[in-house]
Amino acid sequence: MKSGRFIERLQVGLWKGNPGLVQLLGLCPLLAVTSTFVNGLGLGIATLFVLACSNVLVSATRRWIRHEIRIPIYVLIIASLVTCIELIIKAWFPSLDRSLGIFIPLIVTNCAIVARAEIFASRNTISSSLADGIGMGAGFTVLLMAIGFFRELIGHGSILSDLDMLFGGDPGPGLVIVDGGWLLAILPPGAFFSLALAVAAKNALDRKKKMTKRA
Amino acid sequence: MNGVMKGGLTLATIGAVCAALVATTYLLTRDRIAANEQAWLEKSLEPVLAGLFFEGSVSESMRVIRAPHDLPGPDDVIIYRLFAEEKPVAALFAVTARDGYAGSIRVLVGIEYDGTVTGIRILEHRETPGLGDRIVSSRSDWVFQFDGRSLGNPNADGWALKRDGGQFDQLTGASVTPRAIISAVKATLIYFDAHREELFAAPATGDEE
Repeated sequence: MKSGRFIERLQVGLWKGNPGLVQLLGLCPLLAVTSTFVNGLGLGIATLFVLACSNVLVSATRRWIRHEIRIPIYVLIIASLVTCIELIIKAWFPSLDRSLGIFIPLIVTNCAIVARAEIFASRNTISSSLADGIGMGAGFTVLLMAIGFFRELIGHGSILSDLDMLFGGDPGPGLVIVDGGWLLAILPPGAFFSLALAVAAKNALDRKKKMTKRA
Repeated sequence: MNGVMKGGLTLATIGAVCAALVATTYLLTRDRIAANEQAWLEKSLEPVLAGLFFEGSVSESMRVIRAPHDLPGPDDVIIYRLFAEEKPVAALFAVTARDGYAGSIRVLVGIEYDGTVTGIRILEHRETPGLGDRIVSSRSDWVFQFDGRSLGNPNADGWALKRDGGQFDQLTGASVTPRAIISAVKATLIYFDAHREELFAAPATGDEE
């Protein structure tokens, strides 16, 4: 695969076909964990890893998998990968495990992953499936990080708190800008508002681009 | 070979490969995960152990009190007992306050042999961020007011929020949460008072489930 194709897949994942912003897939974990930046980053990386691996495995086995049994096989592959990742997080990032809690096993139910296996990986080469997995995973991660950052800033009045959960070191409150914040942002409705704002912002940007192109 | 057989074989092969992958990862991470859990347990018990002198490891003296019992919460309660020179020093209770604002709150209560509270900490909760979650020691000083209290200090009526005529400070914007914790701590103290000798006399339950 040429590097141009790789960049194109990355662009699709990050912007044109972003799993969260455009396909609106995987919203359950997206809305549930994004109360802080570090939670979003943690779940995003885990999802990216599962997506890339599952795409590669599905693509590598696509010649032997009969059409009728493809869904159980996707489920098997994704569930095993997620279980492995959960164990790895428990072993090496225990504090992240306590914070993300049940959302790691829930990656299994992130429909963005089965969707990529079915729509893309089962019909494309291993390398472009890997690129697609990385692109889609990166798109999801960036969105999780952005929403987490926004909600943390509005809701807690801080930036980058609890980074130690991911990177070790002393527990820190992050950069506190104002003490306390607007509580609504960290409560579940805040997640919906933030996602709606993100989708609206993306659509507005796209429209603006289209207008300037036309003019 | 017909199609069904072939499909079944493929499925079985992939299933076996996946199982092997998970099993290997499990074996590689098992010891680390167990060590992490042990470390987490000891770390979460540490704050209520401050200033106590005891021998041996905390987790060795674990005992499970089976439900039904008079302690707060419907589940079995795990307690840890501390000894020094064969004499009981203190006991730690991991109890559940069921009447929190958003479900149960797990509270760790440390009680010295003479019935004084060494400290309490919140182990698990789902209270509202910014309001009820100030029961957590990293968010406010609220839990520290239990240190040094006992059943006679304050007396039975004093074990309530100031708003309800008691002696404990409230949390602005949250009253359900602190009430739940105060009554759970009080109930634990009453239980301790009634069962103190048998609590320390019984052998450790160990790993028995």
